[in-house]
Amino acid sequence: MNTTIMLFLVQDGITNGAIYALLGLALVLVFAVTRVILIPQGEFVTYGALTYASLAAGQMPGTAKLALALGIGAFAFDLFVARKALHGRLILRSLITNIVLPAIVLALTVYFAAQKPPVAVCIALSLVIVAMIGLYLYRIAFQPLAHTSVLVLLIASVGVHLALQGLGLLFFGAEGQRGPAVLSGAFTAGALRFTGQSLTVYGITIAFIVGLWLFFGLTLYGKALRATAVNRLGARLVGIRTTLSGQIAFLLASVIGALSGIMIVPITTLYYDSGFLIGLKGFVAAIIGGLVSYPLTAVAALVVGLVEAFSSFYASNYKEVIVFMLLIPVLLLRSLAAPAVEEEKD
Amino acid sequence: MQSRLPIIVFAAFMAAIPFVPGMPPFWIVLLDNIGLAALVAMGLVLLTGVGGLTSFGQAAFVGFGAYTTAVLSTAYGLSPWLTLPLSLVVSGSLAVLLGLITVRLSGHYLPLGTLAWGLGLFYLFSKLEFLGRNDGISAIPPLSIGTFKMLSPGSIYYAIWIAVILSALLTMNLLDSRTGRAIRALRRGHVAAEAFGVHTPRAKLLVFIHAAVLAGLSGWLYAHLQRAVNPTPFGAQAGIEYLFIAVVGGAGYVWGGVLGAAIVVVLKEMLQSYLPLILPGSGQVETIVFGIMLVALLQLAPGGLWPWLMSFLPERSGGKKPDTSLKLEHRARAPGQSDILLQVDKARKQFGGVVAVNNVSFDVQAREIVALIGPNGAGKSTTFNLITGVLSATSGSVSVLGRKVDKAPPQEIVKLGISRTFQHVKLVPDMTVLENVAIGAHLRGHAGPIASMLRLDRTDEAKLLAEAARQIERVGLANQMHQLAGSLSLGQQRIVEIARALCVDPMLLLLDEPAAGLRHMEKQQLATLLRELRDGGMSVLLVEHDMGFVMNLADRIVVLDFGTKIAEGTPATIKTNPEVIKAYLGVAA
Repeated sequence: MNTTIMLFLVQDGITNGAIYALLGLALVLVFAVTRVILIPQGEFVTYGALTYASLAAGQMPGTAKLALALGIGAFAFDLFVARKALHGRLILRSLITNIVLPAIVLALTVYFAAQKPPVAVCIALSLVIVAMIGLYLYRIAFQPLAHTSVLVLLIASVGVHLALQGLGLLFFGAEGQRGPAVLSGAFTAGALRFTGQSLTVYGITIAFIVGLWLFFGLTLYGKALRATAVNRLGARLVGIRTTLSGQIAFLLASVIGALSGIMIVPITTLYYDSGFLIGLKGFVAAIIGGLVSYPLTAVAALVVGLVEAFSSFYASNYKEVIVFMLLIPVLLLRSLAAPAVEEEKD
Repeated sequence: MQSRLPIIVFAAFMAAIPFVPGMPPFWIVLLDNIGLAALVAMGLVLLTGVGGLTSFGQAAFVGFGAYTTAVLSTAYGLSPWLTLPLSLVVSGSLAVLLGLITVRLSGHYLPLGTLAWGLGLFYLFSKLEFLGRNDGISAIPPLSIGTFKMLSPGSIYYAIWIAVILSALLTMNLLDSRTGRAIRALRRGHVAAEAFGVHTPRAKLLVFIHAAVLAGLSGWLYAHLQRAVNPTPFGAQAGIEYLFIAVVGGAGYVWGGVLGAAIVVVLKEMLQSYLPLILPGSGQVETIVFGIMLVALLQLAPGGLWPWLMSFLPERSGGKKPDTSLKLEHRARAPGQSDILLQVDKARKQFGGVVAVNNVSFDVQAREIVALIGPNGAGKSTTFNLITGVLSATSGSVSVLGRKVDKAPPQEIVKLGISRTFQHVKLVPDMTVLENVAIGAHLRGHAGPIASMLRLDRTDEAKLLAEAARQIERVGLANQMHQLAGSLSLGQQRIVEIARALCVDPMLLLLDEPAAGLRHMEKQQLATLLRELRDGGMSVLLVEHDMGFVMNLADRIVVLDFGTKIAEGTPATIKTNPEVIKAYLGVAA
């Protein structure tokens, strides 16, 4: 292997690793706040990517309708939960966030889809649509289960994943799609060619990591989320609405997922079911990061990306085996380093 | 303690099904699939629902079982009956290998770790040449007895359901035994189980192997039912599906696994065959509806369907009282080198910069009640944890009968005859009082898991339960013996903990705030009991805040404040000690 190939592999690994890092961060975030192991994260990726690609191709994405349908469901849940103490303001607020908002977005999508909108509009619409889906999903599927065990939440998460994946096939068909580059153009430095797209990936990943760091370190909502993650009951006692924390976490996760999808879809063809595996690799990074540490997750994601790039060159058949088996020595080291002083769980 | 009748009825019912005239052969295929899934789910019930270890990787063990028999019976021409033990051994030994790593993972690493190796193994199945890569292996010979070949789904039906019912019986026998109680205690954390000599990593590995062997059995049957294997049914999706079969059915119940398998298999089948009639044209609608139904089901019955169904049955009256005339042999006494039961010598425990216990020394003699008192945060419970091996001292030493036990784990301390209760009650709430107390006698029983499964442990088991019943009667809770521990009041739960500690046959009893939450009469009864125990030759070391209780009961009192011993003496001298008064009431004005 010469230096050029090696540099190329490194570059490829870092680009993929950056995406895994973002997904890993989102998984850590959601798990810490809601205890949900977010298997549908992969669907956020494909929904974001394929919505973007469909819009760019001038097609109407079904996800916009799904958002409205889920919004109606969320509205119904809100009304049902508050049925004993309904009052106008509550209904109005729920109506606006759950029905009026997705209806407007749907109208905009219909309007723009007909006329091949510019890239920026496609991105904005895709992000908003997937973000709403994430938010309403939390309301419908997970909020009623918030008090149950991690295991039950996990199974619910599987159910949501199955439903979303099926819907993905319905909306986007079995064929893969590619989207237009977010940033076209490229330049070369020595042997390496940097495309605008890969630079976007690096830029957005770094921006997100810094952004999350600022959000959690400096803002009140960020601190509320951290408090919820550390101790749900304690957070409620000091007046933090843990459902709000859950909603924010899902909102962030779905935006991150959609954004990752939009960044990958110009590089690789994505299918309705590609998200699962991409999400899982984010998972591997998140586990290496111990599901708690953001910087460690980011570093681990880069390692996963690099391992994947190199093993696809040397032993492409065993690429996935190597990536997932990588985890076992890591877990072993982790458990040796920190022998179980286990918290009691109820 | 389970009644056998429902199982016999169920077995007879299942045996009769193929003889029902006009039974569509397709239903038999469904029942075969249900049986296969139920075997795996049953393992998960034990692993996840009872033992608290969530595994996504069970599909990989099904794969081990299936591929073992596929390779051996095609490439090497072995008889399927010969490959059965080999399939089980392969699944079981790989479970040991993976389990040694996995069960040491704490908390959420564990399920994620299983997901990771589950995926890795799936890709390995689909890439290895000798396993036929993605195409798998076909032309696997059918099961046969003499010249009778089980070629049709109807003929292998009996093999599958005999396996299911036998496995269910063995699993339930295991749960209702000495080992089973140790497994059931796992979910509530390590500390309590270890304090009574349970080797928790070993117990976890055991359930891991049990689940893997059941999965391997399912894989073996699968290979001979389909007569072909390929990697698809052993992937991560399948692993996740097995888990939700267990959860939907009710993850804590062996029959929940069977029920869950029936629900999920039938539901999927119905969706696949009927949904296109209602919503024609689209491909994956059944997946969507299936996913939604799953979430809805969990929201309606988060504990699974089996316990929900069982709640409609009339409540069964409690089990029968064990025969208390059976005697359990006394614990083997450790040879003593000293008359002093317990000697704590300059014990020190630091947590970072905090000195929780600061060079504390005291001892406990034979036939003595010693009380350890002090304001909150004085280091009393930490001292207990140092003595019982839950924590190891930063410096100083703890000796039992003159032998240093500083680095000994809790399982070794209890063997020396030191048993304890906990400040925060650590009982298993969904086990009866009797079963909880019997955990205390864990080290005095000998039956292993295999003996338990085959019901060869009954004499051993009867003696353990008799001892537990005796101790429950001794502490005055005979009427609550068959109630669930979680349904008792906090004060009664503390008393249950004392009964459990007494089951160790201890020479020294460590009680952490035994009187908290007790009413006045109950406190007096407790004091009487403790005096009786002392007069019978036992020593007691107790932490307590109720001064009236302590002053009337203790022979000697040790006072701690901010981790340091400030006084020691008889109740009378402690009452008037100015240091003690200062610690409790602040500086006198």
